[in-house]
Amino acid sequence: MSVDAATVRRIAHLARIAVAEDEVPHLQGELNAMLAFVEQLSEVNVEGVEPMTSVTPMQMKKRQDVVTDGEIADDIVANAPATEGHFFLVPKVVE
Amino acid sequence: MTDLTSLTLAEARKGLADKTFTSLELTDAHLSAIEKARLLNAFVLETPDQARSMAREADAKLAKGEAGPLAGIPLGIKDLFATKGVRTTACSKILGNFVPTYESTVTSQLWRDGAVMLGKLNNDEFAMGSANETSCFGPVGNPWRREGNNTTLVPGGSSGGSASAVAALLCMGATATDTGGSIRQPAAFTATVGIKPTYGRCSRWGIVAFASSLDQAGPIARSVRDSAMLLRSMAGHDPKDTTSVDIAVPDYEAAIGKSVKGMKIGIPKEYRLDGMPAEIEKLWSEGAAWLKAAGAELVEVSLPHTKYALPAYYIVAPAEASSNLARYDGVRYGLREQGKSITELYENTRASGFGAEVRRRVMIGTYVLSAGYYDAYYLRAQKVRTLIKKDFEDCFAKGVDAILTPATPSAAFGIGEKGGADPVEMYLNDIFTVTVNMAGLPGIAVPSGKDAQGLPLGLQLIGRPFDEETLFSLGEVIEQAAGRFTPARWW
Repeated sequence: MSVDAATVRRIAHLARIAVAEDEVPHLQGELNAMLAFVEQLSEVNVEGVEPMTSVTPMQMKKRQDVVTDGEIADDIVANAPATEGHFFLVPKVVE
Repeated sequence: MTDLTSLTLAEARKGLADKTFTSLELTDAHLSAIEKARLLNAFVLETPDQARSMAREADAKLAKGEAGPLAGIPLGIKDLFATKGVRTTACSKILGNFVPTYESTVTSQLWRDGAVMLGKLNNDEFAMGSANETSCFGPVGNPWRREGNNTTLVPGGSSGGSASAVAALLCMGATATDTGGSIRQPAAFTATVGIKPTYGRCSRWGIVAFASSLDQAGPIARSVRDSAMLLRSMAGHDPKDTTSVDIAVPDYEAAIGKSVKGMKIGIPKEYRLDGMPAEIEKLWSEGAAWLKAAGAELVEVSLPHTKYALPAYYIVAPAEASSNLARYDGVRYGLREQGKSITELYENTRASGFGAEVRRRVMIGTYVLSAGYYDAYYLRAQKVRTLIKKDFEDCFAKGVDAILTPATPSAAFGIGEKGGADPVEMYLNDIFTVTVNMAGLPGIAVPSGKDAQGLPLGLQLIGRPFDEETLFSLGEVIEQAAGRFTPARWW
Protein backbone atom coordinates (compact mmCIF):
# COMPACT_ATOMS: atom_id res chain seq x y z
CA MET A 1 0.00 0.00 0.00
CA SER A 2 1.12 3.56 -0.55
CA VAL A 3 -0.24 7.00 0.19
CA ASP A 4 -1.10 9.75 -2.31
CA ALA A 5 -0.83 13.49 -1.72
CA ALA A 6 -4.44 13.79 -0.56
CA THR A 7 -3.88 11.06 2.04
CA VAL A 8 -0.75 12.83 3.30
CA ARG A 9 -2.82 15.99 3.85
CA ARG A 10 -5.55 13.99 5.58
CA ILE A 11 -3.06 12.25 7.92
CA ALA A 12 -1.42 15.58 8.72
CA HIS A 13 -4.78 16.98 9.68
CA LEU A 14 -5.65 13.93 11.81
CA ALA A 15 -2.27 14.29 13.54
CA ARG A 16 -2.88 18.04 13.98
CA ILE A 17 0.37 18.97 12.25
CA ALA A 18 0.28 21.85 9.78
CA VAL A 19 1.93 20.79 6.52
CA ALA A 20 2.73 23.34 3.82
CA GLU A 21 1.83 22.41 0.25
CA ASP A 22 5.50 22.26 -0.81
CA GLU A 23 6.29 19.75 2.00
CA VAL A 24 3.73 17.22 0.76
CA PRO A 25 5.77 15.47 -1.98
CA HIS A 26 8.76 15.00 0.34
CA LEU A 27 6.61 13.64 3.18
CA GLN A 28 4.77 11.40 0.75
CA GLY A 29 8.08 9.87 -0.34
CA GLU A 30 9.21 9.27 3.24
CA LEU A 31 5.92 7.79 4.39
CA ASN A 32 5.88 5.51 1.36
CA ALA A 33 9.44 4.37 2.09
CA MET A 34 8.29 3.36 5.58
CA LEU A 35 5.16 1.66 4.24
CA ALA A 36 7.24 -0.25 1.68
CA PHE A 37 9.53 -1.39 4.48
CA VAL A 38 6.68 -2.71 6.66
CA GLU A 39 5.01 -4.36 3.66
CA GLN A 40 7.00 -7.57 4.30
CA LEU A 41 4.75 -8.27 7.30
CA SER A 42 2.04 -9.35 4.87
CA GLU A 43 4.00 -12.55 4.13
CA VAL A 44 3.73 -13.72 7.79
CA ASN A 45 1.02 -16.27 8.50
CA VAL A 46 -0.89 -14.77 11.44
CA GLU A 47 -3.87 -17.10 11.17
CA GLY A 48 -5.18 -17.82 14.68
CA VAL A 49 -2.49 -15.70 16.39
CA GLU A 50 -3.64 -13.47 19.25
CA PRO A 51 -2.48 -9.87 18.97
CA MET A 52 -0.21 -8.90 21.84
CA THR A 53 -1.84 -6.78 24.51
CA SER A 54 0.72 -7.11 27.31
CA VAL A 55 4.32 -8.19 26.91
CA THR A 56 4.52 -9.50 30.48
CA PRO A 57 1.81 -11.94 31.52
CA MET A 58 0.25 -10.01 34.37
CA GLN A 59 -3.10 -9.22 35.88
CA MET A 60 -4.08 -5.62 35.42
CA LYS A 61 -3.44 -3.93 38.73
CA LYS A 62 -6.31 -2.17 40.39
CA ARG A 63 -6.09 0.67 42.84
CA GLN A 64 -8.27 1.47 45.81
CA ASP A 65 -10.87 4.00 44.78
CA VAL A 66 -9.56 6.70 47.09
CA VAL A 67 -8.10 10.16 46.57
CA THR A 68 -4.30 10.00 46.86
CA ASP A 69 -3.30 13.20 45.13
CA GLY A 70 -4.63 16.63 44.31
CA GLU A 71 -4.76 20.25 45.48
CA ILE A 72 -1.88 21.04 43.14
CA ALA A 73 -3.54 23.43 40.71
CA ASP A 74 -0.53 25.76 40.88
CA ASP A 75 1.73 22.90 39.75
CA ILE A 76 -0.63 21.91 36.95
CA VAL A 77 -0.66 25.34 35.33
CA ALA A 78 2.95 26.22 36.20
CA ASN A 79 4.28 25.44 32.71
CA ALA A 80 1.32 26.58 30.63
CA PRO A 81 2.01 29.21 27.96
CA ALA A 82 -1.17 31.20 28.75
CA THR A 83 -3.26 31.04 31.92
CA GLU A 84 -5.65 33.10 33.95
CA GLY A 85 -5.83 32.01 37.56
CA HIS A 86 -6.04 28.26 37.47
CA PHE A 87 -7.40 28.16 33.90
CA PHE A 88 -5.66 27.42 30.60
CA LEU A 89 -6.34 30.05 27.96
CA VAL A 90 -7.23 29.00 24.39
CA PRO A 91 -8.74 30.80 21.38
CA LYS A 92 -12.51 31.08 21.50
CA VAL A 93 -14.14 27.72 20.67
CA VAL A 94 -17.83 28.57 21.13
CA GLU A 95 -19.43 31.53 19.36
CA MET B 1 46.44 10.85 43.00
CA THR B 2 45.07 9.47 39.74
CA ASP B 3 42.50 11.52 37.89
CA LEU B 4 39.27 10.97 39.80
CA THR B 5 37.22 10.87 36.61
CA SER B 6 39.01 7.74 35.37
CA LEU B 7 37.82 5.63 38.31
CA THR B 8 35.04 3.15 37.88
CA LEU B 9 31.97 3.61 40.00
CA ALA B 10 33.01 0.66 42.16
CA GLU B 11 36.48 2.17 42.69
CA ALA B 12 34.98 5.55 43.54
CA ARG B 13 32.65 3.95 46.07
CA LYS B 14 35.68 2.42 47.79
CA GLY B 15 37.63 5.70 47.71
CA LEU B 16 34.70 7.53 49.27
CA ALA B 17 34.25 4.88 51.95
CA ASP B 18 37.98 4.91 52.75
CA LYS B 19 37.96 8.75 52.84
CA THR B 20 40.68 8.88 50.15
CA PHE B 21 38.67 11.73 48.61
CA THR B 22 35.32 13.41 49.19
CA SER B 23 32.25 13.45 47.00
CA LEU B 24 32.77 17.18 46.56
CA GLU B 25 36.26 16.54 45.14
CA LEU B 26 34.92 13.78 42.92
CA THR B 27 32.03 15.97 41.77
CA ASP B 28 34.29 18.97 41.08
CA ALA B 29 36.60 16.78 39.00
CA HIS B 30 33.64 15.79 36.84
CA LEU B 31 32.23 19.31 36.60
CA SER B 32 35.58 20.53 35.33
CA ALA B 33 35.76 17.65 32.82
CA ILE B 34 32.27 18.58 31.57
CA GLU B 35 33.32 22.20 31.13
CA LYS B 36 36.29 21.14 28.99
CA ALA B 37 34.19 18.77 26.88
CA ARG B 38 31.49 21.12 25.61
CA LEU B 39 32.61 20.31 22.07
CA LEU B 40 30.98 16.89 22.49
CA ASN B 41 27.61 18.52 23.26
CA ALA B 42 26.79 15.60 25.58
CA PHE B 43 25.17 17.78 28.25
CA VAL B 44 22.23 20.00 27.37
CA LEU B 45 22.07 21.45 30.89
CA GLU B 46 24.80 21.53 33.52
CA THR B 47 23.66 21.79 37.14
CA PRO B 48 26.90 22.51 39.05
CA ASP B 49 25.26 24.23 42.04
CA GLN B 50 22.85 21.39 42.59
CA ALA B 51 25.68 18.88 42.07
CA ARG B 52 27.86 20.50 44.74
CA SER B 53 25.03 20.76 47.21
CA MET B 54 24.11 17.10 46.68
CA ALA B 55 27.81 16.18 47.05
CA ARG B 56 28.08 18.05 50.36
CA GLU B 57 25.00 16.25 51.61
CA ALA B 58 26.52 12.91 50.56
CA ASP B 59 29.78 13.78 52.31
CA ALA B 60 27.89 14.53 55.51
CA LYS B 61 26.11 11.19 55.32
CA LEU B 62 29.36 9.37 54.51
CA ALA B 63 30.97 10.97 57.56
CA LYS B 64 28.11 9.81 59.76
CA GLY B 65 28.18 6.30 58.28
CA GLU B 66 24.64 6.68 56.94
CA ALA B 67 25.57 6.54 53.29
CA GLY B 68 23.35 4.87 50.68
CA PRO B 69 24.76 2.47 48.09
CA LEU B 70 25.49 5.27 45.58
CA ALA B 71 26.45 7.98 48.09
CA GLY B 72 28.44 10.75 46.47
CA ILE B 73 28.57 9.20 42.98
CA PRO B 74 28.16 11.85 40.23
CA LEU B 75 25.79 10.83 37.45
CA GLY B 76 24.36 12.29 34.25
CA ILE B 77 20.62 12.12 33.60
CA LYS B 78 19.11 11.68 30.14
CA ASP B 79 16.86 14.65 29.40
CA LEU B 80 13.89 12.27 29.08
CA PHE B 81 13.69 11.91 32.89
CA ALA B 82 11.63 14.54 34.68
CA THR B 83 13.76 16.24 37.31
CA LYS B 84 11.99 18.46 39.80
CA GLY B 85 12.84 22.12 39.33
CA VAL B 86 15.35 21.31 36.57
CA ARG B 87 14.46 21.90 32.92
CA THR B 88 13.42 18.72 31.12
CA THR B 89 12.89 18.88 27.35
CA ALA B 90 13.23 15.40 25.79
CA CYS B 91 15.47 17.49 23.48
CA SER B 92 12.37 18.78 21.70
CA LYS B 93 11.52 22.39 20.96
CA ILE B 94 7.93 21.62 21.83
CA LEU B 95 8.70 21.22 25.54
CA GLY B 96 10.56 24.54 25.47
CA ASN B 97 11.51 25.48 29.02
CA PHE B 98 9.40 22.85 30.72
CA VAL B 99 10.35 22.65 34.39
CA PRO B 100 8.77 19.63 36.08
CA THR B 101 7.12 20.05 39.47
CA TYR B 102 7.83 16.37 40.16
CA GLU B 103 10.69 13.88 39.98
CA SER B 104 10.71 10.65 37.95
CA THR B 105 10.62 7.49 40.07
CA VAL B 106 13.91 6.18 38.67
CA THR B 107 15.86 9.37 39.41
CA SER B 108 14.24 9.78 42.82
CA GLN B 109 15.55 6.31 43.72
CA LEU B 110 19.07 7.31 42.61
CA TRP B 111 18.92 10.40 44.86
CA ARG B 112 17.45 8.29 47.68
CA ASP B 113 20.60 6.14 47.42
CA GLY B 114 22.87 9.18 47.57
CA ALA B 115 23.83 9.82 43.92
CA VAL B 116 24.74 13.33 42.72
CA MET B 117 23.23 14.93 39.60
CA LEU B 118 25.74 16.66 37.29
CA GLY B 119 23.20 17.73 34.67
CA LYS B 120 20.91 16.64 31.86
CA LEU B 121 22.14 14.68 28.86
CA ASN B 122 21.44 15.07 25.17
CA ASN B 123 19.29 12.53 23.33
CA ASP B 124 17.37 12.14 20.10
CA GLU B 125 14.15 14.18 20.16
CA PHE B 126 11.63 12.13 22.19
CA ALA B 127 14.19 9.28 21.93
CA MET B 128 13.38 8.87 18.23
CA GLY B 129 16.65 8.19 16.47
CA SER B 130 19.72 6.00 16.37
CA ALA B 131 22.44 8.63 16.07
CA ASN B 132 21.45 11.47 18.42
CA GLU B 133 21.06 13.66 15.34
CA THR B 134 17.40 14.54 15.84
CA SER B 135 17.96 16.48 19.10
CA CYS B 136 16.88 20.12 19.03
CA PHE B 137 20.19 20.87 20.78
CA GLY B 138 22.18 19.46 17.86
CA PRO B 139 24.20 16.26 17.45
CA VAL B 140 26.53 14.72 20.05
CA GLY B 141 30.13 13.80 19.29
CA ASN B 142 31.39 10.29 19.94
CA PRO B 143 34.65 10.40 21.95
CA TRP B 144 35.90 7.66 19.61
CA ARG B 145 37.26 8.55 16.16
CA ARG B 146 38.64 6.38 13.38
CA GLU B 147 42.39 5.90 13.65
CA GLY B 148 44.24 8.65 11.78
CA ASN B 149 41.00 10.45 10.92
CA ASN B 150 39.48 13.55 12.50
CA THR B 151 35.88 13.03 11.37
CA THR B 152 33.47 13.34 14.28
CA LEU B 153 31.30 10.25 14.58
CA VAL B 154 27.86 9.80 16.12
CA PRO B 155 27.64 8.14 19.56
CA GLY B 156 24.51 6.25 18.51
CA GLY B 157 21.09 6.99 19.87
CA SER B 158 18.80 7.77 21.31
CA SER B 159 20.85 7.84 24.54
CA GLY B 160 23.79 9.43 22.69
CA GLY B 161 24.56 12.02 25.37
CA SER B 162 24.55 9.33 28.06
CA ALA B 163 26.94 7.06 26.14
CA SER B 164 29.25 9.89 25.07
CA ALA B 165 29.45 11.40 28.59
CA VAL B 166 30.20 8.04 30.22
CA ALA B 167 32.84 7.11 27.60
CA ALA B 168 34.48 10.57 27.81
CA LEU B 169 34.74 10.31 31.64
CA LEU B 170 32.33 13.21 32.20
CA CYS B 171 30.18 11.19 34.63
CA MET B 172 30.54 7.84 36.40
CA GLY B 173 27.33 6.51 34.94
CA ALA B 174 24.17 7.76 33.32
CA THR B 175 20.50 7.01 33.07
CA ALA B 176 19.21 6.05 29.65
CA THR B 177 16.08 4.62 28.07
CA ASP B 178 15.62 1.96 25.42
CA THR B 179 12.60 1.55 23.13
CA GLY B 180 14.26 -0.27 20.21
CA GLY B 181 17.95 -0.27 21.14
CA SER B 182 18.53 3.22 22.56
CA ILE B 183 20.67 1.99 25.47
CA ARG B 184 22.49 -0.92 23.83
CA GLN B 185 23.35 0.60 20.42
CA PRO B 186 25.01 3.77 21.83
CA ALA B 187 26.79 1.62 24.44
CA ALA B 188 28.20 -0.52 21.61
CA PHE B 189 29.27 2.60 19.66
CA THR B 190 31.20 4.04 22.62
CA ALA B 191 32.69 0.96 24.36
CA THR B 192 30.43 1.37 27.37
CA VAL B 193 28.13 -1.14 29.05
CA GLY B 194 24.39 -0.66 28.67
CA ILE B 195 21.59 -2.81 30.00
CA LYS B 196 17.91 -2.64 29.10
CA PRO B 197 16.18 -4.56 31.86
CA THR B 198 13.02 -6.62 31.46
CA TYR B 199 9.91 -4.58 30.65
CA GLY B 200 8.36 -3.72 34.01
CA ARG B 201 11.63 -3.78 35.98
CA CYS B 202 12.00 0.02 36.15
CA SER B 203 9.12 2.40 36.64
CA ARG B 204 8.27 4.53 33.61
CA TRP B 205 6.63 7.17 35.83
CA GLY B 206 8.09 10.60 35.10
CA ILE B 207 9.93 9.50 31.97
CA VAL B 208 8.77 11.31 28.82
CA ALA B 209 6.80 8.63 26.97
CA PHE B 210 7.66 7.49 23.43
CA ALA B 211 6.14 4.00 22.96
CA SER B 212 4.79 2.86 26.31
CA SER B 213 4.71 -0.90 25.65
CA LEU B 214 8.40 -0.85 24.64
CA ASP B 215 10.05 1.92 26.74
CA GLN B 216 12.33 0.82 29.57
CA ALA B 217 14.91 2.72 31.59
CA GLY B 218 18.37 1.36 32.30
CA PRO B 219 21.91 2.51 33.01
CA ILE B 220 24.98 3.12 30.85
CA ALA B 221 28.27 2.70 32.71
CA ARG B 222 31.93 1.87 32.17
CA SER B 223 31.89 -1.68 33.52
CA VAL B 224 29.46 -4.54 33.98
CA ARG B 225 29.76 -4.18 37.76
CA ASP B 226 29.00 -0.44 37.59
CA SER B 227 25.89 -1.09 35.51
CA ALA B 228 24.75 -3.71 38.05
CA MET B 229 25.17 -1.20 40.89
CA LEU B 230 23.15 1.44 39.06
CA LEU B 231 20.35 -0.89 37.98
CA ARG B 232 19.83 -2.05 41.56
CA SER B 233 18.95 1.51 42.57
CA MET B 234 16.92 2.30 39.44
CA ALA B 235 14.76 -0.84 39.49
CA GLY B 236 11.81 -1.66 41.70
CA HIS B 237 8.06 -1.70 41.92
CA ASP B 238 6.20 1.59 41.69
CA PRO B 239 2.43 1.78 42.26
CA LYS B 240 2.38 4.86 39.99
CA ASP B 241 3.24 2.71 36.94
CA THR B 242 0.71 -0.09 36.48
CA THR B 243 3.13 -1.99 34.22
CA SER B 244 5.87 -1.96 36.85
CA VAL B 245 6.25 -5.44 38.29
CA ASP B 246 5.98 -6.15 41.98
CA ILE B 247 8.89 -8.55 42.48
CA ALA B 248 11.98 -8.11 44.61
CA VAL B 249 15.08 -6.50 43.07
CA PRO B 250 18.05 -8.81 43.59
CA ASP B 251 21.53 -7.65 44.54
CA TYR B 252 22.74 -7.61 40.93
CA GLU B 253 26.34 -7.07 41.97
CA ALA B 254 26.34 -10.51 43.61
CA ALA B 255 25.93 -12.02 40.13
CA ILE B 256 29.29 -10.58 39.04
CA GLY B 257 31.97 -13.25 39.09
CA LYS B 258 29.45 -16.07 39.51
CA SER B 259 30.40 -19.16 37.50
CA VAL B 260 28.70 -19.58 34.14
CA LYS B 261 29.75 -23.22 33.97
CA GLY B 262 27.09 -25.38 32.37
CA MET B 263 25.00 -22.46 31.17
CA LYS B 264 23.44 -22.99 27.76
CA ILE B 265 24.07 -20.09 25.37
CA GLY B 266 21.97 -19.85 22.24
CA ILE B 267 23.50 -18.61 18.98
CA PRO B 268 20.57 -17.61 16.74
CA LYS B 269 21.23 -18.43 13.10
CA GLU B 270 18.82 -15.72 11.88
CA TYR B 271 21.18 -13.02 13.20
CA ARG B 272 23.79 -14.06 10.64
CA LEU B 273 22.86 -11.48 8.01
CA ASP B 274 23.85 -11.46 4.38
CA GLY B 275 26.61 -8.94 3.84
CA MET B 276 27.43 -8.70 7.55
CA PRO B 277 30.96 -7.27 7.96
CA ALA B 278 33.54 -9.99 8.57
CA GLU B 279 34.75 -8.23 11.72
CA ILE B 280 31.27 -8.45 13.30
CA GLU B 281 31.19 -12.15 12.46
CA LYS B 282 34.66 -12.55 14.00
CA LEU B 283 33.69 -10.65 17.16
CA TRP B 284 30.65 -12.86 17.57
CA SER B 285 32.65 -16.12 17.35
CA GLU B 286 35.26 -14.69 19.69
CA GLY B 287 32.55 -13.88 22.25
CA ALA B 288 31.16 -17.40 21.92
CA ALA B 289 34.65 -18.83 22.42
CA TRP B 290 35.16 -16.77 25.61
CA LEU B 291 31.90 -18.05 27.08
CA LYS B 292 32.79 -21.59 26.10
CA ALA B 293 36.20 -21.26 27.75
CA ALA B 294 34.38 -20.18 30.92
CA GLY B 295 32.42 -23.44 30.87
CA ALA B 296 29.24 -22.44 29.04
CA GLU B 297 27.75 -24.69 26.41
CA LEU B 298 26.97 -23.20 22.99
CA VAL B 299 23.91 -24.29 21.04
CA GLU B 300 22.56 -23.10 17.73
CA VAL B 301 19.00 -21.81 18.11
CA SER B 302 16.39 -20.52 15.72
CA LEU B 303 14.31 -17.35 16.12
CA PRO B 304 12.41 -17.60 12.83
CA HIS B 305 10.52 -14.28 13.01
CA THR B 306 13.62 -12.13 13.62
CA LYS B 307 13.45 -10.35 10.24
CA TYR B 308 9.91 -9.16 10.96
CA ALA B 309 10.76 -7.48 14.27
CA LEU B 310 11.99 -4.21 12.79
CA PRO B 311 9.06 -3.70 10.39
CA ALA B 312 6.58 -4.62 13.16
CA TYR B 313 8.38 -2.16 15.45
CA TYR B 314 7.95 0.62 12.88
CA ILE B 315 4.20 0.14 13.15
CA VAL B 316 3.81 -0.42 16.90
CA ALA B 317 6.25 2.28 18.07
CA PRO B 318 4.95 5.13 15.85
CA ALA B 319 1.35 4.15 16.65
CA GLU B 320 1.99 4.45 20.38
CA ALA B 321 4.02 7.61 19.82
CA SER B 322 1.22 9.27 17.87
CA SER B 323 -1.04 8.65 20.86
CA ASN B 324 1.48 9.63 23.55
CA LEU B 325 2.54 12.80 21.75
CA ALA B 326 -1.05 14.00 21.38
CA ARG B 327 -0.53 15.77 24.72
CA TYR B 328 1.76 18.38 23.11
CA ASP B 329 -0.98 20.78 22.17
CA GLY B 330 0.39 24.22 23.00
CA VAL B 331 -2.12 24.60 25.80
CA ARG B 332 -0.88 22.84 28.90
CA TYR B 333 2.89 23.28 28.68
CA GLY B 334 5.73 24.09 26.37
CA LEU B 335 5.73 25.89 23.07
CA ARG B 336 2.68 27.63 21.67
CA GLU B 337 2.23 29.03 18.19
CA GLN B 338 -0.83 31.20 17.73
CA GLY B 339 -3.75 30.24 15.50
CA LYS B 340 -7.12 31.73 14.67
CA SER B 341 -8.92 28.65 15.97
CA ILE B 342 -7.97 26.02 18.52
CA THR B 343 -7.29 23.53 15.69
CA GLU B 344 -4.98 25.99 13.98
CA LEU B 345 -3.21 26.60 17.28
CA TYR B 346 -2.63 22.84 17.65
CA GLU B 347 -1.49 22.44 14.04
CA ASN B 348 0.88 25.39 14.09
CA THR B 349 2.33 24.49 17.49
CA ARG B 350 2.97 20.88 16.51
CA ALA B 351 4.39 21.78 13.08
CA SER B 352 6.86 24.18 14.60
CA GLY B 353 7.62 22.28 17.82
CA PHE B 354 8.27 18.78 16.47
CA GLY B 355 11.36 18.01 14.40
CA ALA B 356 11.24 16.18 11.07
CA GLU B 357 11.73 12.65 12.44
CA VAL B 358 9.07 13.10 15.13
CA ARG B 359 6.57 14.57 12.62
CA ARG B 360 7.19 11.62 10.31
CA ARG B 361 6.65 9.03 13.06
CA VAL B 362 3.55 10.73 14.46
CA MET B 363 2.11 10.81 10.96
CA ILE B 364 2.86 7.16 10.16
CA GLY B 365 1.46 6.20 13.55
CA THR B 366 -1.68 8.19 12.89
CA TYR B 367 -2.04 6.48 9.52
CA VAL B 368 -1.68 2.89 10.80
CA LEU B 369 -4.26 3.56 13.52
CA SER B 370 -6.75 5.30 11.23
CA ALA B 371 -10.07 3.80 10.17
CA GLY B 372 -9.65 1.23 7.42
CA TYR B 373 -5.93 0.62 8.06
CA TYR B 374 -5.92 -0.49 11.70
CA ASP B 375 -6.39 -4.21 10.95
CA ALA B 376 -3.98 -4.34 8.05
CA TYR B 377 -1.15 -2.61 9.91
CA TYR B 378 -1.50 -2.27 13.66
CA LEU B 379 -3.38 -5.47 14.45
CA ARG B 380 -1.16 -7.51 12.14
CA ALA B 381 1.98 -6.03 13.74
CA GLN B 382 0.72 -6.93 17.22
CA LYS B 383 0.13 -10.50 16.03
CA VAL B 384 3.65 -10.65 14.60
CA ARG B 385 4.85 -9.38 17.97
CA THR B 386 3.20 -12.37 19.64
CA LEU B 387 5.13 -14.64 17.25
CA ILE B 388 8.44 -12.88 17.97
CA LYS B 389 7.92 -13.36 21.69
CA LYS B 390 7.00 -17.01 21.13
CA ASP B 391 10.27 -17.57 19.26
CA PHE B 392 12.16 -16.58 22.42
CA GLU B 393 9.85 -18.58 24.70
CA ASP B 394 10.40 -21.72 22.60
CA CYS B 395 14.13 -21.16 22.79
CA PHE B 396 14.17 -20.67 26.58
CA ALA B 397 11.87 -23.68 27.00
CA LYS B 398 14.65 -25.81 25.53
CA GLY B 399 16.86 -24.87 28.46
CA VAL B 400 18.73 -21.95 26.90
CA ASP B 401 19.90 -19.53 29.62
CA ALA B 402 20.84 -16.60 27.39
CA ILE B 403 21.32 -15.71 23.75
CA LEU B 404 24.49 -14.17 22.30
CA THR B 405 24.31 -11.81 19.30
CA PRO B 406 26.24 -8.84 17.93
CA ALA B 407 24.89 -5.56 19.37
CA THR B 408 24.94 -3.61 16.11
CA PRO B 409 25.49 -4.39 12.42
CA SER B 410 28.38 -1.88 12.21
CA ALA B 411 30.58 0.45 14.25
CA ALA B 412 29.80 4.16 14.69
CA PHE B 413 29.44 6.28 11.53
CA GLY B 414 29.89 9.93 10.72
CA ILE B 415 27.40 12.69 11.52
CA GLY B 416 25.03 13.09 8.57
CA GLU B 417 26.22 9.90 6.87
CA LYS B 418 23.06 7.84 7.24
CA GLY B 419 19.32 8.16 6.67
CA GLY B 420 19.42 11.36 4.64
CA ALA B 421 17.62 9.95 1.61
CA ASP B 422 15.77 7.01 3.14
CA PRO B 423 14.79 6.93 6.84
CA VAL B 424 14.88 3.12 6.76
CA GLU B 425 18.69 3.17 6.33
CA MET B 426 18.97 4.63 9.86
CA TYR B 427 16.36 2.27 11.28
CA LEU B 428 18.45 -0.77 10.29
CA ASN B 429 20.89 0.11 13.09
CA ASP B 430 18.49 -1.46 15.57
CA ILE B 431 18.09 -4.76 13.72
CA PHE B 432 19.74 -6.82 16.50
CA THR B 433 18.30 -4.92 19.47
CA VAL B 434 14.68 -4.28 18.55
CA THR B 435 13.55 -7.93 18.92
CA VAL B 436 14.34 -7.69 22.63
CA ASN B 437 11.96 -4.75 23.15
CA MET B 438 9.25 -6.44 21.13
CA ALA B 439 9.50 -9.46 23.46
CA GLY B 440 9.96 -7.40 26.65
CA LEU B 441 13.21 -9.22 27.53
CA PRO B 442 16.38 -7.96 29.22
CA GLY B 443 19.42 -7.31 27.01
CA ILE B 444 22.94 -6.10 27.80
CA ALA B 445 25.56 -4.68 25.43
CA VAL B 446 29.17 -5.25 26.47
CA PRO B 447 32.27 -3.83 24.72
CA SER B 448 34.03 -6.70 23.04
CA GLY B 449 36.59 -5.47 20.57
CA LYS B 450 37.46 -2.97 17.85
CA ASP B 451 37.04 -2.91 14.11
CA ALA B 452 39.89 -2.40 11.62
CA GLN B 453 39.54 1.39 11.98
CA GLY B 454 39.95 1.22 15.74
CA LEU B 455 36.27 1.77 16.56
CA PRO B 456 34.59 -0.12 19.38
CA LEU B 457 32.16 -2.98 18.77
CA GLY B 458 29.87 -4.67 21.26
CA LEU B 459 28.14 -7.96 21.84
CA GLN B 460 24.62 -8.36 23.13
CA LEU B 461 23.32 -10.95 25.58
CA ILE B 462 19.57 -11.54 25.78
CA GLY B 463 18.10 -13.14 28.89
CA ARG B 464 14.94 -14.71 30.23
CA PRO B 465 12.36 -12.33 31.68
CA PHE B 466 13.57 -10.87 35.01
CA ASP B 467 16.85 -12.78 34.83
CA GLU B 468 19.18 -9.80 34.52
CA GLU B 469 21.55 -11.59 36.92
CA THR B 470 22.56 -14.17 34.30
CA LEU B 471 23.34 -11.30 31.91
CA PHE B 472 25.61 -9.68 34.49
CA SER B 473 27.44 -12.98 35.12
CA LEU B 474 27.96 -13.62 31.40
CA GLY B 475 28.72 -9.96 30.66
CA GLU B 476 31.49 -10.05 33.25
CA VAL B 477 33.07 -13.04 31.47
CA ILE B 478 33.13 -11.06 28.21
CA GLU B 479 34.50 -7.95 29.94
CA GLN B 480 37.27 -9.98 31.61
CA ALA B 481 38.24 -11.55 28.28
CA ALA B 482 37.91 -8.47 26.08
CA GLY B 483 39.28 -5.93 28.54
CA ARG B 484 38.04 -2.35 28.83
CA PHE B 485 38.46 0.35 26.21
CA THR B 486 39.11 4.08 26.71
CA PRO B 487 39.15 6.65 23.91
CA ALA B 488 42.14 8.98 23.43
CA ARG B 489 41.16 12.51 24.41
CA TRP B 490 40.79 14.99 21.52
CA TRP B 491 38.01 17.27 22.77
